[in-house]
Amino acid sequence: MLETEMSETVMSETGPLLRVRDLHAEIGDPRAPVHALRGVSFDILRGEAVGFVGESGSGKSVTARAVMRLAPEGAKVRLRGSVDFAGRDLLQLDESEMLDIRGRRIAMVFQDPMTSLNPVMTVGAQIDDIIRRHMNLSAREARARSVELLGLVGIQDPARRADDYPHQFSGGMRQRVLIAIAISCDPDLLIADEPTTALDVTVQAQILRLLLRLRDERGMSLMLITHDFGVVAGMVETVNVMYRGRIVETGRVDAVFAAPAHDYTRRLLAATPRLHRSGQAA
Amino acid sequence: MTSATTPPLLEVEDLSVVFPARRGGAPVAAIDGVSFDIAPGQTLGLVGQSGSGKTTTGRAVLRLQAIHRGSVKLLGRDLTRMSRSELRGMRRHMQFVLQNPYSSLHPRMTIAQILAEPLRVHKSAPENRTRERVEELLTLVNMDPATMHRYPNAFSGGQRQRIAIARALAVNPDFVVCDEPVSALDVQTQAQIVALLQSLQEKLGVSYLFIAHDLAIVREVAHKVAVMFRGRIIEMGAAGQVYDAPAHPYTQMLLDAVPVPDPALQRERLRRAQPERHFPDDETARGPCAFGEDHALSGTSRWHRVTAEHGVSCRFWPENSPLPAHDRAMET
Repeated sequence: MLETEMSETVMSETGPLLRVRDLHAEIGDPRAPVHALRGVSFDILRGEAVGFVGESGSGKSVTARAVMRLAPEGAKVRLRGSVDFAGRDLLQLDESEMLDIRGRRIAMVFQDPMTSLNPVMTVGAQIDDIIRRHMNLSAREARARSVELLGLVGIQDPARRADDYPHQFSGGMRQRVLIAIAISCDPDLLIADEPTTALDVTVQAQILRLLLRLRDERGMSLMLITHDFGVVAGMVETVNVMYRGRIVETGRVDAVFAAPAHDYTRRLLAATPRLHRSGQAA
Repeated sequence: MTSATTPPLLEVEDLSVVFPARRGGAPVAAIDGVSFDIAPGQTLGLVGQSGSGKTTTGRAVLRLQAIHRGSVKLLGRDLTRMSRSELRGMRRHMQFVLQNPYSSLHPRMTIAQILAEPLRVHKSAPENRTRERVEELLTLVNMDPATMHRYPNAFSGGQRQRIAIARALAVNPDFVVCDEPVSALDVQTQAQIVALLQSLQEKLGVSYLFIAHDLAIVREVAHKVAVMFRGRIIEMGAAGQVYDAPAHPYTQMLLDAVPVPDPALQRERLRRAQPERHFPDDETARGPCAFGEDHALSGTSRWHRVTAEHGVSCRFWPENSPLPAHDRAMET
C-alpha cells in the first residue's frame, strides 16, 4: 500500500493529476442510448483550476460524475475511454478501490446544498462520519477535526454550530458545510458542480472566495462546472467549453474570453448579461 | 420618462405585509412602507437578496397576499378596497409568470387546455374562437401552434416558460409580475426569454414588475430599478443611474458581488479584500442621518434625492460610508 502511494506521488509529479482521454458515456437503454459524452479529452494539472462551461445537457456534469464514477440520479451509465488519476485508470478499478478514491482523493460539491445533507443528522455528526470512514480517528478526534473544518470554511462559533441540524443553516452556510465535508480528507482534486447556482449574488461571491482560498492554501486542483461565464472568469486558469457531449474549445481563460475561436463559445459569451452597457465594469 | 406625462399604470403606496408571530415570537414585517409607480409599457426591476421581500411585494401587489397597510392602484382603481368579485374582475388586467416552469404548468393538461383555461375563466374569447386564440398565443411566443396538443413534459425549460408567458398574456393584461422568470434557465435560454419579454412589451404595451436576484438580468430589462433590503426599498431610480452610480452602500455591495465575464477584472474583484459590511437597523436612531438631516425633528421621510430620477434611503447606513454626490437643490 505504501509502495503504491509512493509511486503515485512520483507519477503525479511528472504528469497531470488527471488525464482523461476519449471518454464516452452512454446513458439508459443500451438499444437506444443517449450519448452524453462523445470523446472527451482533457488534463488537470496538480494545483490547477479548470472550468467546464456549457448549457444543461452539454455533458459537463456527466463529465464531472464520470471522474467520480458516479451516474446521474437513477440512470445507468456505460463509460468508455480512460480516466487516469495520479497514474491509475479509474475506469479499471473495482468499486471497493473506487470507494477509497472517492471522497478521499477526489471530492465533490454539488449545486443543491439542502438535498446533499442528511436532514435528521447534526452537521457535526455528518462530517465526523465522513472523516472516520476515511481516517482512523476516535470519535473525539473526529469531532475536533470537524469543528476545525467548520471554522476553516467560515462558520462562526463552529463548536456550537456542529450540533445544529442542516435546516438551522442558511443556503450559503449549508454550502460551506458541504465544502467542509469535501475537503475533510484533504483531496487532491475538488470537483464543484454549479456550487453557487442556487445562491444570492453576495453569498455566491463569498463561496467563490472560499474555494479560491482553500485551493491556494492546500494546493488542490479544482474542476469547476458552471453555466456562468462570469463565475468561471475569475476562478480558473483553463476553460473547456462543452457542447453536445464534446469539448468544442479549450484554452487559457484569458485567451478564450479575449478571442473565442468557436462559434458556440462566441454565442454563449454574447448571451452573458453584463452590468454595464458599455461593457466596462466599474 | 413617460411617467412625467402619462399617469402611472400601477401606483403602490406605503405597502406593508406582516406575517403572524411564530413560536411565541413577535410578528414579522415582511415588507414595510413600500412605494413605487410603474408607467404603461415600462418595467420596474425589483432586486435584493433572498428574504428581502421581493416575492412578497409581487404577491401583495397582485392581492395574492394579505396586506397590513397601504394601497395598490391599478388603472386608477384601488385593489385594496375591492370585494372578492370586483378583484376577480380585475385579474384579467394583472397576471404573473413564476420562476419554475416545471411546476407552474399542470402536467396532465395539454398546452391547448392550459392556454384555454384563462380565456374561459375571464370570458375573454368566445368559445368558437378559443382554438384560434390559442394558436395566436403560441405564435406570439414564437412556438409552433401545432404543438398545442402536447403535454408540458414534451417541452424544454425555455419552451415551458414561453407557454407560461403565453398563458399570462392570454387575457391581454396590462400588467404582469415576473418573479424570477429566467433564473431556472440556461444563459442562452435566459437571453431568448428576456428578448421575448421585451418584444412583447413593445408589441402589446404591457408593464412588468420584474423580480430577480440576478442584477445583470435586471439591467437588461428594467427601465427603473428598486433595491430591497429587509422589506424596504432602500434605493430606486432610472436603471442606468442606479447601476452606474449606486448611492446606497448596500446597492454598491450587491453590484460589487456580481461576477463579470472578464477574467482579469473578475480575478481582481475576487481577490480584493472584502470588508465586513454591517447595515445597522437604525429605525429608532436619533440625531442627523447620513445626509445630515434629523428626521425625528423635521418629520420628513428618510428618503433623499440623488437626481430627479434617482432616490436613496438613509436607513441601514453603515458608519463611515461615503455619502453619494446628491442633488441638494432637489431636497425639500
